[in-house]
Amino acid sequence: MYRKINIWTNIDWLTVAIYLLLVFMGWINIYAAVYNEEHHSIFDFSMRYGKQLVWISAAIVIAFIVFIIDINFYSYFAYFIYFAMLFILVAVLIFGKEVHGAKSWFEIGAIRIQPAEFTKIATALAIARYLSSFNVQINTLKSYVRLAAIILVPSILIFLQNDTGSALVYFVFILVLYREGISESILILGLFLVILSVLALVLSKLIIILLSIAVIYIIFLILSRNVKHTALGFLILVFNTAVIWLLNELLNLNLSQYFILLISLGISSIVYLILAFRYKIRNIALLIIFLLGSIIYTFSVDYGFHNFLDQYQRNRINVTLGLASDPHGIEYNVNQSKIAIGSGGLTGKGFLNGTQTKFDFVPEQSTDFIFCTIGEEWGFVGTFLVIALFIFFLYRLIGMAERQRSSFSRIYGYGVVSVLFFHFLINIGMTIGLVPVIGIPLPFFSYGGSSLWAFTIMLFIFLRLDASRLELLR
Amino acid sequence: MDSFANRRHIIRFFIILIGLIFVIRLFILQVVDTTYKLDASNNVLRYVTQFPARGLIYDRNGELMVYNEAAYDLMIVPRQLKAFDTTEFCQILDIDKEYVNEGINRAWDYSSYNASIFLKQVSARTYAKLQEKLYKFPGFFVQARTLRKYSSQNGAHLLGYVGEVNEKIIENEAYYKLGDYIGISGIEQTYEKQLRGKKGVNVYLVDVHNQIKGSYANGRLDKKAEVGANIISTIDLNLQAYGEKLMKNKIGSIVAIEPNTGEILALVSTPGYDPELLVGRQRTKNYVSLMSDTLKPLFNRALMAQYPPGSTFKIVNALIGLQEGVVKPYTKHECYGGFNYARGRTMGCHVHKSPTNLIESIQVSCNTYYGNVYKDILTNSAYPGIREAFDSWISKVESFGFGDILNSDFPNELRGITPSKEYYDRIYGEGRWRWQQLISMAIGQGELGTTPLQMANMTAAIANRGYYYTPHIVKEIEGDFELDPRFREKHYTEIDSNYFNIVIEGMDLAVNGEAGSGSTARLAQVPGVTVCGKTGTAENPHGEDHSIFIAFAPKDNPKIAIAVYIENGGFGGTWAAPTTKLMIEKYLNDSIAVPWWEEYILNAKINYNNVQENQHMD
Repeated sequence: MYRKINIWTNIDWLTVAIYLLLVFMGWINIYAAVYNEEHHSIFDFSMRYGKQLVWISAAIVIAFIVFIIDINFYSYFAYFIYFAMLFILVAVLIFGKEVHGAKSWFEIGAIRIQPAEFTKIATALAIARYLSSFNVQINTLKSYVRLAAIILVPSILIFLQNDTGSALVYFVFILVLYREGISESILILGLFLVILSVLALVLSKLIIILLSIAVIYIIFLILSRNVKHTALGFLILVFNTAVIWLLNELLNLNLSQYFILLISLGISSIVYLILAFRYKIRNIALLIIFLLGSIIYTFSVDYGFHNFLDQYQRNRINVTLGLASDPHGIEYNVNQSKIAIGSGGLTGKGFLNGTQTKFDFVPEQSTDFIFCTIGEEWGFVGTFLVIALFIFFLYRLIGMAERQRSSFSRIYGYGVVSVLFFHFLINIGMTIGLVPVIGIPLPFFSYGGSSLWAFTIMLFIFLRLDASRLELLR
Repeated sequence: MDSFANRRHIIRFFIILIGLIFVIRLFILQVVDTTYKLDASNNVLRYVTQFPARGLIYDRNGELMVYNEAAYDLMIVPRQLKAFDTTEFCQILDIDKEYVNEGINRAWDYSSYNASIFLKQVSARTYAKLQEKLYKFPGFFVQARTLRKYSSQNGAHLLGYVGEVNEKIIENEAYYKLGDYIGISGIEQTYEKQLRGKKGVNVYLVDVHNQIKGSYANGRLDKKAEVGANIISTIDLNLQAYGEKLMKNKIGSIVAIEPNTGEILALVSTPGYDPELLVGRQRTKNYVSLMSDTLKPLFNRALMAQYPPGSTFKIVNALIGLQEGVVKPYTKHECYGGFNYARGRTMGCHVHKSPTNLIESIQVSCNTYYGNVYKDILTNSAYPGIREAFDSWISKVESFGFGDILNSDFPNELRGITPSKEYYDRIYGEGRWRWQQLISMAIGQGELGTTPLQMANMTAAIANRGYYYTPHIVKEIEGDFELDPRFREKHYTEIDSNYFNIVIEGMDLAVNGEAGSGSTARLAQVPGVTVCGKTGTAENPHGEDHSIFIAFAPKDNPKIAIAVYIENGGFGGTWAAPTTKLMIEKYLNDSIAVPWWEEYILNAKINYNNVQENQHMD
């Protein structure tokens, strides 16, 4: 049953106010970041703050348009919008313009549009539509496959544009799936894979294999509570390894230690399986599959890291993992960013008085590193306020998502929360040296029309859904 | 309906946790940790480039040739400028107010917050005075540089010089920034990468008073400059200096090579210049005046002047004749004052005994003999026609290193000229040319062009009885650098090694033959050493012919191969031969037995009037 409600009185004006506040704060910081004495009129449209003012005005118009579209449009056309966006992503791969090495822009006259920014909205809509359909159970293989496809296809297309940062954003939708009840084991598996990936890069292959074996024995010990079996299993492995090592020495095979252990593990596994079958010991097969799986996985992560990633991507990961030091390359950016923020002190140097950001020490200070300007000119007070504002904003959006009566609106709401949160996490984390340098904008703050418009549309679709939530009676 | 609603708490908790981590991190970064903090008063970091000392250059005996001297560049950062006392400033630096205004405007144009050079190469004395007062001039600071210094005035051409990079270089190579120095010619250019070292950077904290407060973050971001690698040259500085002394007041060049290594022992080109002229603030002015000198002192004749080889080339033709089998050591040709190669056409020869065999023909440098040899080479019945015979001849000529750069470590060698059969096809029509038309090449004139370096290299190939190493100027580079392997590669001529001893006998006789026997180069005799040599005279359409002499010594196990060119010196025996003798004697005996010869050469008066224009054959 539906009833009609005046959406204008039901807008969540507090959220709109926070939105406007964030956009305004972003703008004055862009002004500060590119400020110089020769151009100080705020309406100087040759400067970025002048242009940003145009983007902001347009964003408000766009928000208004989003608001007057009928509520059912978004759920009815969710898939259509999604596929249209995929089509555009393919088109940009072919016809797009390359900026800073990423082929992710369309140029229409003087305006450059980055479709990847808008695809997030489409993906959030598609996930919401899929999960809110009748008869869809999240914890089925069919759902896993379809959800993975909805999330990964745009991510891969964007990765192909060489825009790694925007491609990574899609992984945050796991948060939506978590809220919608995806099994914890999937999450634990995901977490395990992440840890394994990091270990694969940090540790040598030999140590990883030894560690995995140790972990498996411990798991087996806990599951079976049988010290004798565990010890026997260990002895079998040691014996096999010794035999192969001897063979290697005698026959001059020149196998590396890693291979000796791998062969020994293979033979031992067969022995374990035979024994397990004969004496009906449980869990063995599963554990062996698990062990081999993680060895193959770490190997392929290592291989992928060295063969599929570009040098600059490898560098960024290496620097963040502490495997490489490069004070004049990537580390330089992060260091300059930390200096700028750190030099702000408790109360900052004051509006327009920042030196680090203005003298070009910090790269991209009006886009990806805008947080530096906040840190330098407004100090800890400023950064605390911005973070608190974001957290409050996200907290509130979660609350709003939870009060929805339709699951479509709720799921979409969580999509908005997830994307905003991911950008917040990565962008600020990057400027203070907690996460690798991944170039994605800080929502509402960073300079750029595409990202501002995309976040505005995303947010206002949700506000529109929220304003009409009471239309649906239950 | 919704059994997972509780998960919202976990999500909220997670988000708040991240926010908390960020806040703690920011609190540490901004409030607790002082390493990231610069004073509240707009302090900035200053990146001061550490310029490494350029590598030193030594001669082959370890004698220092090129070293460095400290100099200071006064740098300016326009944004940090405050009003200052210009009068005092000008007084310290000995500049006028106009320069100050212009300099500041120039710096603003370059960048408002990046440092640029305000005044180059301030002396150590001025620097000492300035250092005390620098606090009065915010926005200025001093950067240490080094300038090249030379232990002697010798070897300017081979050492080359160092100059500021131009915009094109800055664009092409990221290493160089405005105001950096780069090697521009000679060793400085070829071995730039090894000599320059690696720039470093020091990051300092600077307060508003333009005082360095100390190293930033305990020097964690500093990068030490790596000193350039030292280079040991193949040059024997004594010999080089002696050569330059002998060549004073003469135009020409000397190239001496150690045959069994290809190492260049001396490379003289006169007139030369004092290398010190191209260093420091006066560089540009001096450069312009050197450039406009009609005697072209910057021009390295040893590599870049091209002359016909003259009679020295008879040795090559003799070797090719032997290799082709058209002449034997005992082959005799009669000479009646010239070689009639066509009706009414004679290639003249001087008076000497007749007939001569091959060895004697070299001793007396008989033109007629080589007219015959060259005719026999080109009309050799072993080849279907003259084009093929010519091809075989020119290929053997080029195997001595003629007609192309030798690929030494000098940056600008001239190729020289060796004609091809297509060249004659174009002039006379395909296959419609006869040996008569080429005859002047029998005695090294005509279409041939060679450089002194190529001639010295040819002499080394003869001394080695059939092979040469690419001549090079650098013996060893210190540090992690290896000498290019191409300098350790033997290049064989297309002549069998046993033929060389025959012509070497002739070269021996040319120098050491009995008085009155017609030996052309008796002035090149060195007491106690068997010098083998050959005179030459390069025809010069613009004036008196050029005097050429090539020689190596001792005859067995040669230690030095040398080519001497004296422009407008006339017959090769007159000036070039005794100069060669002195060089060889100096190198092998270290003293001159009869100092009178030195006087003879030093006092030589060669007439260079009317020849200042176009003196280089082209």
